[in-house]
Amino acid sequence: MADLSVNICGIDFKNPVIPASGVFGYGREYEELFPLDKLGGIATKGTTLHRRTGNIAPRIAETPSGMLNSVGLQNPGIDHFIAEELPYLLKKDLVILANIAGSTPDECVEVAQKLDDTDVHMIELNISCPNVKQGGAAFGTSCEMAAEVTRKVRAATKKPLIVKLSPNVTSITDIAKSVEAAGADAVSLINTLLGMRIDINTRRPILHNNVGGMSGPAVFPIAVRMVWQVANAVNIPVIGMGGVSSGRDAIELMMAGASAVQVGAAIFTDPFAPVKIIDEMNEFLDSKGIASVKEIVGTVQPW
Amino acid sequence: MKYTQGIFPIAAKQAIAKNIYSFTISCPEVAQAAVPGQFVHIRAKGYTLRRPISICGIDKKKGTLRIVFEIRGEGTAEIAKLNEGELIDMLAPLGHGFTVDDSFGKVVLIGGGIGTPPMLPLAEIYGEKAAVITGFRDSSAVILQDDFKRTGAETILCTDNGSAGIHGFVTQPFGEIIEKEKIDLVCACGPMPMLKNIAAMCREKGIRCEISLEERMACGIGACLGCACRTKRNDEEYFAHVCKDGPVFNAEEVIW
Repeated sequence: MADLSVNICGIDFKNPVIPASGVFGYGREYEELFPLDKLGGIATKGTTLHRRTGNIAPRIAETPSGMLNSVGLQNPGIDHFIAEELPYLLKKDLVILANIAGSTPDECVEVAQKLDDTDVHMIELNISCPNVKQGGAAFGTSCEMAAEVTRKVRAATKKPLIVKLSPNVTSITDIAKSVEAAGADAVSLINTLLGMRIDINTRRPILHNNVGGMSGPAVFPIAVRMVWQVANAVNIPVIGMGGVSSGRDAIELMMAGASAVQVGAAIFTDPFAPVKIIDEMNEFLDSKGIASVKEIVGTVQPW
Repeated sequence: MKYTQGIFPIAAKQAIAKNIYSFTISCPEVAQAAVPGQFVHIRAKGYTLRRPISICGIDKKKGTLRIVFEIRGEGTAEIAKLNEGELIDMLAPLGHGFTVDDSFGKVVLIGGGIGTPPMLPLAEIYGEKAAVITGFRDSSAVILQDDFKRTGAETILCTDNGSAGIHGFVTQPFGEIIEKEKIDLVCACGPMPMLKNIAAMCREKGIRCEISLEERMACGIGACLGCACRTKRNDEEYFAHVCKDGPVFNAEEVIW
């Protein structure tokens, strides 16, 4: 049994596998299948100051080796999260990354302030949701905006602050450096890539929002590249995600520089994916005689 | 157990019409937990998203479920390649089903096209109390008529072009039944225009109407919020989710 534990921003994770925000709700539906305690952490559904109804359906489309979604941050609002969902999760033995979003930097600040009084372990600030008209990706695609919202949220909370980055930018390393300078304790990447599918019979986009975020195995090589670039550009931990669907993928992303990995679309294919990934990582490390997963982080040897 | 995921042997496979297949799956635990109107979420090899398919038969004694599905695209074509004796990966049973109440007198079950299969478990429960109205494009698309007859229910067949049964839509015989008889429950599954018409007819007569909806879906269990459906409850409008709040909804709650 290899040691799978990692420490990110002073927080101990028993293993580096975290279901990504949006695929896993607040965990309850998956607890029916396996104990949440098996996971290193959970990134909860993106939560805003007020309840959001989300986008009109269809919100989901299949793509080659992946999918598009345009849920549009449907969520019950931060007060509901704190009152109804967080206490349930805090009883479990795993790290809770509360994913938050807002239409304005001030809304993000207000959400972060509310969480600061709770026992949540970390805040993951989403500046990269492609499915909402205001805020979301708009913050994440300019260095100035990304820095501004990070600085404001940083000042509003003592919790470790992870900023989740958009891949839909010219230079993700510039954005990463901006949020690091603005006080982020870690970055997580990549959020989904903006995509589109059209029904050629009706000439209508499949998604009612026309466009949506692409995820799944198809985006994995982009995630590896971006995690590698960002890990080389910043001095804060990188949490990697994007198309991870096996233990080998998780190991690869960690070798690229990720200190932990989030798992998204793979959970739709196989709801046990996060648990299997943990087991497969352990098997790989044992087979190579590597004592701790921490030893592999950023160990890719570029040509 | 509410639901589980696993691989289960296919005990029987039949092609029952053009591009329409029937699988009988050995899954005792799932069969034990399943109720009419629920669905199973099937993994198609090589595809990211599972395919939701309604349950067409529940045999708790034999420990089997039956599903009947149509090849609609590449994913369902992949599932249709599976053969008797092979394993199928299911997350099941999922969703909120139809109301089953022994005290009901007459119930009417209405299926349009590939929306017909989920009516069969209800017909098995309600038997002679049920009238089953099914509608299809033409005679080549007609399915499950013998299965419905075996339940003891009254069966009424319609086709759009008159090549089998009544020439017309299911709303025609349904309109005649609701004029003649007192009905306690109407259950329907099929194309949206059909469901909308049936819901309007039931509302006019004050008959409880439950409809099974379809939407593009990812997780299947209510976590990802992908399969949104506009509904209202207590006069408040909200996006319910077909996988968890449905697929069966009280027609009065649906915003068309």
